[in-house]
Amino acid sequence: MKFAIQVNEGPYQHQASDSAYMFTKAALEKGHEIFRVFFYHDGVNNGTRLTTPPQDDRNIVNRWAELAEKFKIESMTKDEGGNEVVQTELVVCVAAAQRRGIVDEGEAKRNSKDATNIHPRFRISGLGQLIEGAIQSDRLVVFGD
Amino acid sequence: MSEIIKKFLYLNRKAPYGTIYAWESLEVVLIGAAFDQEVRLLFVDDGVYQLTTGQDTTGIGMKNFSPTYRTLGDYEVKSIYVDRDSLESRGLTKDDLVQIAWEDWETEEEIENIVEVVDAARVSELMEESDVIFSF
Repeated sequence: MKFAIQVNEGPYQHQASDSAYMFTKAALEKGHEIFRVFFYHDGVNNGTRLTTPPQDDRNIVNRWAELAEKFKIESMTKDEGGNEVVQTELVVCVAAAQRRGIVDEGEAKRNSKDATNIHPRFRISGLGQLIEGAIQSDRLVVFGD
Repeated sequence: MSEIIKKFLYLNRKAPYGTIYAWESLEVVLIGAAFDQEVRLLFVDDGVYQLTTGQDTTGIGMKNFSPTYRTLGDYEVKSIYVDRDSLESRGLTKDDLVQIAWEDWETEEEIENIVEVVDAARVSELMEESDVIFSF
């Protein structure tokens, strides 16, 4: 089955991100496909590379990135020059990210910010990516309150 | 924009203020309009407060986004449902809710108010009939 996953809560504050991770991991290990993981509301905080949890705790951000790496949660797309490139499908909502200060290079430039904090295994994109995920997948599974 | 047309149900469960879920849910509905899907909205629990008239946010210093609901007819939304039990248990009636008009620009078909109060059995049906439930 093809799944789209929506994560609505931030890491550590709320179990939703852990549950979404475990569901996604279990689905992939059973041979299912994850079309996209979409991070919305405070869920966008799962995408900052600057997170530093205590050493004896799980690193939620890196754990998502490692899962995406291992199971290739990604798709093919074309860059500006028309060349085929691989893009990650851990997607952070741009509107929610702007409110909460999750920034990539494009956003930093557009909004004159002096830093970025997005993890390289994540990308920032629009809400249309959530809608598309729901259309293209057999199931949209939402994690959050 | 897509050849697949699915039945979308936006399930709104939270009060309009206090958390950002209601506002960011509305943003999904507005953006989603571009995808030409079959869109329905359902309001249950404290979510019914999102549709109440006379909202005044001056005391909490937040933007009053309630006027946006009245424009939903322009965003491909043709059906809006409100759970009767949720309304009644909060001392509200249909008279406390905004009216949302809908018009088909091509056929000039008009519906004066697309907000409909439904019972629990219909709420179950609506969920059952949907391909996708966006839960907020």
